[in-house]
Formats: sequence, structure tokens, C-alpha cells
Amino acid sequence: MNPPSAVARDPAALPRLLLTLLALALLWPGLALSELNLAVLWQADNLATMGKFVGAFWPPAHDADFLDLLLTATLQTLAMATAGMALALLIAVPAALLASRALSLSALTRAGRPAPWAQALRWPVRGLLIVLRSVPEIVWALLFVRAVGLGPTAGVLAIAITYSGMLGKVYAEIFESVDQKPTRALLLAGSGRLAAFCYGTLPNAAGELLSYTVYRWECAIRASVVMGFVGAGGLGQQMDLSMRMFAGNEVASLLLTFLALVLLADALSRLLRGRLQ
Amino acid sequence: MTPRLTGVGLTGVGLTHANGQAALTDLTLAVAQGERVAIIGPSGAGKTSLLRLLATALQPGSGELRLFGQQPWALSARQRQQLRRRIGLIHQSPPLPPRQRVVTAVLAGRLGHWSLAKALLNLIYPQERQAASAALARLDLSDKLYEHCDQLSGGQQQRVGIARVLYQGAELILADEPVSAMDPVLAGHTLEILSQEAQQRGSTLIASLHAVDLALGHFPRVIGLRDGRVLFDKPSQTVTPADLEALYANAQLQTDVQTSVPASPVAPPVTLHIPRC
Repeated sequence: MNPPSAVARDPAALPRLLLTLLALALLWPGLALSELNLAVLWQADNLATMGKFVGAFWPPAHDADFLDLLLTATLQTLAMATAGMALALLIAVPAALLASRALSLSALTRAGRPAPWAQALRWPVRGLLIVLRSVPEIVWALLFVRAVGLGPTAGVLAIAITYSGMLGKVYAEIFESVDQKPTRALLLAGSGRLAAFCYGTLPNAAGELLSYTVYRWECAIRASVVMGFVGAGGLGQQMDLSMRMFAGNEVASLLLTFLALVLLADALSRLLRGRLQ
Repeated sequence: MTPRLTGVGLTGVGLTHANGQAALTDLTLAVAQGERVAIIGPSGAGKTSLLRLLATALQPGSGELRLFGQQPWALSARQRQQLRRRIGLIHQSPPLPPRQRVVTAVLAGRLGHWSLAKALLNLIYPQERQAASAALARLDLSDKLYEHCDQLSGGQQQRVGIARVLYQGAELILADEPVSAMDPVLAGHTLEILSQEAQQRGSTLIASLHAVDLALGHFPRVIGLRDGRVLFDKPSQTVTPADLEALYANAQLQTDVQTSVPASPVAPPVTLHIPRC
């Protein structure tokens, strides 16, 4: 047996070191450009202002009037996120089926690569999904608040548009990432594409689809909060009002509600995934 | 060679893999409807390629392929899917989604014949479970109807794959090592059932097998394939040890093959086990 010194050096060590240095070198201009200056946080008057605001968090507001308001706002936020997701799915699922290569008939005999013309037909759908998700939901919300007025409708439409782009893209990738053999075998036995998808791809993809969808629902709840700040209703609007009035105890209650909603989404995801196993 | 009206016809077919390696060279064969043929040959001889070619999973690079009197690659994509309904391919390791239930995996065999609505309905609630159970009962698996596919052993999964093709009612049954994961007794029994079912339905059965004794014992006609060419194609009674020796001749394994082939030319139980890769 060779002594340790005789063993060749790990050939991957140098590239790894260089990549780490490169990442650090790229980080520096990023920090400089974003004008990050943590020292501002520790200046005496800033600390005092923040301290006063955070100090007002306790005890969280819990009078009956505010709780009633909180409940209405929470339900409005949940409804906004859920309705937005439902509308988004209406666009995302057909678009994902069209954009994905998983259901390509021409790919069957071409080692999984569709014919060039079939690939070209997928590009407009991919393009649509890119357009839908490239504009942030807050921009859509500002636009719709002008079009349909203040209220949750603007938020629902904004979530539906942006999220259909995100869901469609990721769904298409999930369809392609699972084992393709069951679906190909069914297509080779003369099955239609949608039927082959339901019997071949869906059983393998269901868990991942479900967990991503619930995660996106959770994101939609957060997004609907942010959109509340521009007048789209729900918890966000309430948060905006409470912040403007420096009502720290109300902000604390609202933040606790967010926490509860995220926990709820997490529990729901676990429960549904558990049912699938 | 005149192409027959039904059955399978290959005329001067060549197939080259994507890596430039020739899989099949100038193959000419005719198999009448209802005939039962075994394909034997050493590993890498092109048995799987030939079956995939017949299943229209691969397109021949040259020559002509006829199935049921039609040229599948001259048809439109829609007509080709209709033709594929009549072809059932039994895979060596059946492509079954691990979380799918056996009943669904078997019912998937008839997707080519069902409307999408019927396919979706049976996915939600298996209405045709009687028929699926009957197909499984032929292979002594009816007690596994509601189990998940990943709870089955390799041999049981192979039998589910066979049950699916029986339920499909394919007129051309192609089997790629259909019993490779079963013990010798079960393998013989399963091949017997497959042969019987094919005979009763008037279906053509073409199976590739590693075990020569199974090929000679269950199939009236045997084709020896070596290096992508037909070495012999004759009734199984007339296959001689010399034929098999020539088929499996290998620089390293030569001595093994000679000692394991019996000297008598008319002995049907030729037991020649080529190690599986």
C-alpha cells in the first residue's frame, strides 16, 4: 500500500478553488453597485426609530374589532391567492402540455428528440409563457388597479397572469424530467397523447406537481399581500394602513397571521403528498 | 419475396444506430399471421433492435417493413397510431410507473381503443376491472389487482406486462425476453400461456429468448440472429447443435458452448444457457 504522500492530488481541487475565487470576485461589484452599507443600521437615531417601532409590536393587537377586520382581510387574501391560482392553472396546464416534449409522437422514434418542425411549433408556446411570467405581478396589479379599480379583482388577475407563466414552464419541465418509458410504451401501443399522459406521466409526476403547486399557492398568498400595498385589498392593504399609522401591535398581529398561513400551506403540502405515497 | 397480405414482412431491411453502429443488415423475413416464432442469438445480435423495429419504435434505415400488409412509415402519423393499436410489445423490464396500481397498468393496454373520456373515467374508477382481472388470472396474478406496481417482483412485473398486452388484444405480439426474471418452471409455464393465448386469438407471436430450450420447446419456428443477420430460420425440430454452436460461437466462450451442447442431433431438450448480461 502506498503512503498517503504518494497518492495523486485531487484533480478537482484547483478548479474548485478557482471557481470559489471567481464567485467572490463577482460578488464584490454586486455589493458595491447595490450600495449595501450595513453601518447605517447601527446609527443611533436609526436604531431608536426601529426600536420604537418594534417595541410597539407587543402585545399584538387582539381587540374584537381588529380581529374581525383581520379575519375579513385574511379570507380576502386567501380567496385572492386561490382564485388567482385557479385561473393560472387554466392557462398553465394546456400550455405545459403543448410546450413539453414528453408527449411528442415524432420523438418516439428519434431517441426522445422531436422532429425540428415539431420543436419549432413549441416555441410560440414557450414564448407566451416567457412573456406571461417576465412582467412582475406587482406591475400587472398597478395596471389592473387603474383598469378595474381598487379591490381584490386586480390582484386576482395579476396573479393569474404571472403565475400561469411560471406554472406552465415548471410543469412542462416536470413532465420531461420523469421517466418517459411508460408514456412512450403507451404511445407505441396506439394510445392517444392525453390518455398516455394520464396513465404514463401523471403517476410519476403527481407528487412533484402537487408540491410545486402548493408552494406556488403559498407564494401567491405572499404576492397578494404585496399587491395589497398598491390597493388590491386583503392583508396587504391592512398592513399598509397599520404601518402608516405606526400601529406596531397591529403589524405584529398581521405578521403572525402570515406565519400561520405559511404553516398552513406547508401542512397542506405534507398532507397531500402523504396521501399520494 | 412477395409481401404477404397480413403478418409481418421485412425486405432487405437495414438499421443503423445513432452512433453509426449497424444493428441489422439486409434482413429479409416473412412471418404469416398466427405464426409463432422465437428469435435467439448471442447478446448484441440485434434481437431487441429487430423487435423494436417491428413495434415501429425504430424506423428502418433501408429496405421495406410491412405489418398487416401496410407500410407503417408510408402512413400518416394518425394512421400509424391506428396501426400501433394492433401491435403489443412486451418489454423485458415493463415500463410501469412505480406508484400505479396493477389494475390501471393492465387497463392502459386498451387506451388505443378507448375514447379519452373512457380512459379518464377508468383512471378515476376502474370500470373494466373484471376484464383486467381476467387477463391477470391467466397469469395467476388476479390477487395483485389493487397492489402498486413497485410492490411486485421483477417476474411479477413481467407477467403484468404480458397481461396488459393480452388485454390489449394485439394481433401482433412482440416479446423481448418476456420471462427473463422468472424461475425456469414459471418461465416455461408463462410462455405456454402466452403461446396458447396467441393461438386462440390467431395473433402472431414473435419472442426473443436467451434460453434456447424454451425457444425450441415452445415455438414451432426459430430464427437465429447473429451480428444483425439471419444465421438460420427453420422449424425448431430441425435445429441442430451445430446450428447453435455456430450461432453462439465466441472466441472466449467457445469451449463452454461445445461442452454444454449434447452430441445427439435429435435431442429436443437442448439445454444451453448463455449467461445474461
